[in-house]
Amino acid sequence: MATVQDIEIPDSAARAAQAVDELPDDVGEKMVLNMGPSHPATHGVLRILLELDGEVITKADPDVGYLHRGDEKIAENMTYTQFIPYTDRLDYLAPLANNVAYALAVEKALDIHDKLPPRCQYIRVMCCELARISAHLLGLGAFAMDVGAVTVFLLTFTEREKIYNLAEAASGARLTTSYTRIGGLMRDIPPTWCDQVRQFLKEFAVALAEVEVLLTRNRIWVDRLRDLAVISKEMAIDYGLSGPNLRGSGIEWDLRKNQPYLCYKDLQFDIPTGSVGDCYDRYLVRMEEMRQSMRILEQCVNKIPGGAENKSKEPVNVADGKIVLPPKHGVMTKMEELIHQFMLVTEGMNVPPGEIYFGHENPKGELGFYICSKGGGVPYRLKIRSPSFINLSILGELMPGAMVSDVPVILGSIDFVMGESDR
Amino acid sequence: MTSLETAQKLKAKFGDLVSEPTEFRGEIMIKVADAEQIVAVCEFAKKQLGFDYLVDVSSLDNYGDDPRWTVVYELRGLASACELRIKTDVSEEKSELPSVIGVWKTANWHEREIYDMMGISFREHPDLRRILMWEGYPYFPLRKDFPLAGKPSDIPGVAFSKPAPMEGGPFVTIPSTSSSTAREPRVRIPEN
Repeated sequence: MATVQDIEIPDSAARAAQAVDELPDDVGEKMVLNMGPSHPATHGVLRILLELDGEVITKADPDVGYLHRGDEKIAENMTYTQFIPYTDRLDYLAPLANNVAYALAVEKALDIHDKLPPRCQYIRVMCCELARISAHLLGLGAFAMDVGAVTVFLLTFTEREKIYNLAEAASGARLTTSYTRIGGLMRDIPPTWCDQVRQFLKEFAVALAEVEVLLTRNRIWVDRLRDLAVISKEMAIDYGLSGPNLRGSGIEWDLRKNQPYLCYKDLQFDIPTGSVGDCYDRYLVRMEEMRQSMRILEQCVNKIPGGAENKSKEPVNVADGKIVLPPKHGVMTKMEELIHQFMLVTEGMNVPPGEIYFGHENPKGELGFYICSKGGGVPYRLKIRSPSFINLSILGELMPGAMVSDVPVILGSIDFVMGESDR
Repeated sequence: MTSLETAQKLKAKFGDLVSEPTEFRGEIMIKVADAEQIVAVCEFAKKQLGFDYLVDVSSLDNYGDDPRWTVVYELRGLASACELRIKTDVSEEKSELPSVIGVWKTANWHEREIYDMMGISFREHPDLRRILMWEGYPYFPLRKDFPLAGKPSDIPGVAFSKPAPMEGGPFVTIPSTSSSTAREPRVRIPEN
C-alpha cells in the first residue's frame, strides 16, 4: 500500500539566516593563507604562508627555492669564463651589473681588479648604472601596479626598452648580455653608443619627472606607503640588509663609496638615505638613486678615455695573454698567441690558490662572490651572496601586524628577484 | 683600527684558539681551532670590535680531507669599514656546530642554506629546515660526492603525499557551529 509522506522543506533563506545566528564568533581564531608561489604580487615564485587574524597578519613564513637551479654547483664544474652566462640569470633585471660583479670577483682573485684599463672601467660603470636604472624602473613599475597605479608601469617599461636597446648595441643581446670577460669586455662599445646614452638620459629625465609627479605626492600612494613596514637601523644591520633597503633605514653604506672599485672614486655622486625606514623611504631612495645614476652616466660619457669613438685606440682588456683571449689575427699568425688561445679555451686561466670575497653594489643590494680556488681554471667553491635572498629573510619579522592588503606594498618596497634569491 | 689590528686583538683575547691572521689580496683571515667556541669569538668580534654586520656565511667541502667541513663567516664593521673572515673546521662525524643567530639574526637563512646544501647542522637554531630544496629531499647537493647530474629521488617527497586540498569535490562548507577550520576542511578525506 502506497503511503503519502509530507516532506518539510524549510525556506532556504530562513535556514541560512538561522545558521548565521548559530555561528559563534570565535575570538582569535586564526586562518592560514597560502600566498604564491605564482601570485602577481610576489614577482616570480615566492610563496608566503600567512597566518591571519581577520585582516591582520600574525605570522609570515616566506618559502623560497622554487627557482633553485644549483648555480653554485654548476660553477664548480666549469671554467671561470664559462660561468659568465649564468650570472645573467641571477638578477635577470640587471644582467649587466651581474656580469661586472662576477668579472671583478674573479679579477680580484687574479689580483688584476685595480689594474683594469681606464676605458674598460668607464664602460663597466656605465653598464652598472644603466642596469641600476633598468632594475629600479621595473621594481618601481611593478610596485606601483600592485598598489593600483598602472600608468607608471607603462612609463617605466617604455624607458626600460631603451636600456635594452643600449645593452643590445653594446653586447648584441638584450637580456642575456654576458658582456664582460675576465680581464675586460667582450668588445668595445660601438662609436655611436655614447650619443645613444646621452639621448636616453635626455628622454629619461622627462619620464622620471613624470613618474615623480604621478607618485611622490599622490595621496593614495603616500597613504599606503607611509609608516608601513618600518625597518629600524639596528634591525636592518642585524638582518644584513643591503642596497636601497639598508639605505632606506638611514644607514649611509654604499660599496661604491665605502669600498670604491672601478672608477667610482673619480665620479661625483651622492648616497641618498631615508630617515624613517618605511616603504615610502625605500621608494624615495630608489628614485634618488636613479637620478644619481643619471649623474654618473653623464660624467662617464664625457670623461670616457678615448672618447666615444676611441680614436686613440684605448684598450678595453688587460694586456695579459694568460687571462684575455688574444686577437684573432694574432692566433692565426703567431705561435704564442695560438698557445694562449688554446690554453684559455681548454683549461681556462690559472687562478692562484686562495680565497677572496668581493661585494658589488648591485641594484638590489650587495651581490657578493666568495671564490675559493685551489689553482687552475675551475673554482673549488663559488658562493653567491645574493642580496634578494637576504633581504627576504626579514619578511618574517616585518609582516606581522600589517594587513593583507599591505603585503604587495611591502613586497614591492623590498624589491627582490627570485632568480637571484634561489640561484 | 684596521682589519689586521682587529684580528690581532682577537688573537690576543683568545690565544691559541685563534690562529695568526693571514692576508690574501688585502683580506684578513683567521681560523678558529674549535668550532664549539665560534659563538664566543663572534660575540667578542661584534661587541668589542664593532663587527656589527654579517655579510655572508658559506661552507666548504674539503672532500677527502679531515676535517671535512669548513664554515666561513664574512664579518664587516659598518662604522670602521673593517672586514674579517673567520673560518672554522667541523669534522664529518660531528657535522654540527653552534648557531650564531644569537649574535646576528641574518645568520638564520645562511645557516638554513648550509644545512640544506651541505648537511651541516647548527645547534640551537630555532628553525633548521631545508630552504632551497623541498622538505623531505634526501641528499645534500653541494657535497663534492654528489654528482652534477643529480640523483633520482621521489619528487616531490612530502608535499604531495597527502590528498590535494578539496580533491574530488567542489568547495564545500559543512554547516555546523564548529570553527572555520572544521567547517572548511583543507583536505577532504576520501570516503571508502
